[in-house]
Amino acid sequence: MKNPPLTTPRIDKLYNILMPLLATLLALIVGSVMLILLGVNPIEAYKALLEGAFGSKNAIADTIVKATPLLLVGVGICIAFRGGVINIGGEGQLVVGALSATFLGLSFPDAPGWLIIPLALLAGFLGGAVWGGIPGVLKAYFNVNEILSTIMMNQIAVQGMNFLLRGPMIDPVQLEAASKIPQTARLARLFDLPRLVPTRLHLGAALAILAAILVYILLWKTTTGYRIRAVGLNQYASRYAGINVKRYIVLSLLLSGAFAGLAGAVQVYGVNHRMFTDGSATGFTGSAGFNGIVAALFGQLHPIGTIPASFFFGGLLVGANAMQRAMQVPSALITALNGLLVVFVVSSEIFRRRLTRKRMMQITEESPPVIEAEATP
Amino acid sequence: MNSDLMVLTVLVGILTSGIRLATPYLYASIGETLGQRSGVLNLGLDGQMLLGAFAAFYVAFTTGNLWLGLLAAIIIGGLMGLAMAFVSVTLQAEQGISGIGFYLFGLGLSDLLFQETLGTVETVKGFPPIHIPILSDLPILGPVLFSHNIMVYMAYLLVPIAWYILNKTVFGLKIRSVGENPAAADSLGVSVGRVRYVTVTFAGMLSGLAGASLSIALLNVFQQNLTNGIGFIAVALVYFGGWRPLGVLIGSLLFSMVNSLQLWVQVLGLPIPSDIAVMMPYVLTILVLVVAGQRVRGPTALGKPFERGE
Repeated sequence: MKNPPLTTPRIDKLYNILMPLLATLLALIVGSVMLILLGVNPIEAYKALLEGAFGSKNAIADTIVKATPLLLVGVGICIAFRGGVINIGGEGQLVVGALSATFLGLSFPDAPGWLIIPLALLAGFLGGAVWGGIPGVLKAYFNVNEILSTIMMNQIAVQGMNFLLRGPMIDPVQLEAASKIPQTARLARLFDLPRLVPTRLHLGAALAILAAILVYILLWKTTTGYRIRAVGLNQYASRYAGINVKRYIVLSLLLSGAFAGLAGAVQVYGVNHRMFTDGSATGFTGSAGFNGIVAALFGQLHPIGTIPASFFFGGLLVGANAMQRAMQVPSALITALNGLLVVFVVSSEIFRRRLTRKRMMQITEESPPVIEAEATP
Repeated sequence: MNSDLMVLTVLVGILTSGIRLATPYLYASIGETLGQRSGVLNLGLDGQMLLGAFAAFYVAFTTGNLWLGLLAAIIIGGLMGLAMAFVSVTLQAEQGISGIGFYLFGLGLSDLLFQETLGTVETVKGFPPIHIPILSDLPILGPVLFSHNIMVYMAYLLVPIAWYILNKTVFGLKIRSVGENPAAADSLGVSVGRVRYVTVTFAGMLSGLAGASLSIALLNVFQQNLTNGIGFIAVALVYFGGWRPLGVLIGSLLFSMVNSLQLWVQVLGLPIPSDIAVMMPYVLTILVLVVAGQRVRGPTALGKPFERGE
């Protein structure tokens, strides 16, 4: 008897690698057309982008620094999407995580770094967990669509941040000054995340990779992870199997938010060493809450796959700035291309589904259902 | 006596700008209502709005013709809607995520075009207010309701039109049936795909108008991320309004009135933190969703791609 299912994972794996590559190629082609329309040689522009992103030790370090929040948000997104909930609230969760961590650091300026740094990271993790957990509870117990509630929570977080940074948490120096720039004081230098090599690269990158590995283990090697994925695949079947579906919906969103919150804490302690706002979320987050979704999708919603995907998008972001400097092409081009990539990747899913269905039909044709065979006299 | 007059002036000011500010929410969320009633969730509204706002501003700025600007916004918004329809209907992609993709695309492209063509923040002379004869002379009601520009009037007109289309026309019946039970609609000969294409493309046009209402009728400028998330709020307003045009109108007014109130709080220098005031409508929306989530049910097929059964 033939065994077609055994050969399928290889095709799926091929798909996992091939589809993002094709989507990237397509986006690069569209980008080339746009560059030509702008009167810029696309080859030179892409060369400037690549060099800016990966051309030197410092460039690679910057790329990894940019990739770090994307990876942390991205592994959270893997949990949420695998659990069947869509978390658009990365921006808000990141902001709340950063605020919690900053608040802790500012409250104990004289405490030792070895104590404050882990506590601050924990504070960020918990802050994000609360901000993600609320939409989780609302979805599980009050039937509120999580896409909407996470969007609302983003706005609430941003306004809360603006309020705190313009008032209660403002840098005392700025309070005296006429400019009143909405930012906190700089955190004590003892609290800076250790640098790994003499570049801007900090410990947060290692933490993010560790987080990706842990989330992989959680999702695929533990009962909790198995249940999260089961609920994501089929709520009704999961309930029938005795899984408390509501609890796992809350858990997925809560954990997803927690990792975004951790990203916020890492961003403050590793890069900015203070919080600031320009009135929007993007000013502080650099859209990491959205770009983390892009990275996770690109990594096929697999935490380990999200590592190279984040590195790739971090490179795009760093390279876009280099391209802007070298060729006077606004880095907004890369934002637009990121958007197209998302559209291409989700659109390509239809081919995978068709392939799967064809295979299923082959299987049923090749091995007719047992019951039918027994029914023949 | 003097302070009474002051209070009245402020009140009229708050109401007037509240009515005005509801305009972009109305265009965007009425369009989204039609799309969602047919079963398509478009999260990319904000991107469509940004491109529409840019197109309208650029054309109006270079030609001096506001109507050509509106036309440009409708065309660009419609094209974005068509693209969303292709991805969500023909390619059956996950709608929440492809919407985010389209949002980022619109955000980036509108910024790119802005930097390449205008470079700096310019202004245009937007649509002038039309004072409706006799009615605009009424005390209080005159300035609050009858002294706005054409884009504001059109936005409010859209509410009964959308209600009529949805509830009183054959096409409205098709929209609702496709959103509730596409398989049944299909078996009765309704082309599910075609209906969704029409609603999503039309919603895109309205999003373009929503953007245009900001750039050439209310604010009369264009800059990076001009909409600042209005498109996302518009999606929420559809849920808030229970997928009914009248409900969406109430939600839009609530948001715009609170925004208007907080602008006046700042103008008057009252000691209320404006950030907290701005936060309130979002908190309220969540609370309404909690209450509504228990009884109002959205279109059954919302967000689910339709494929003819085997």
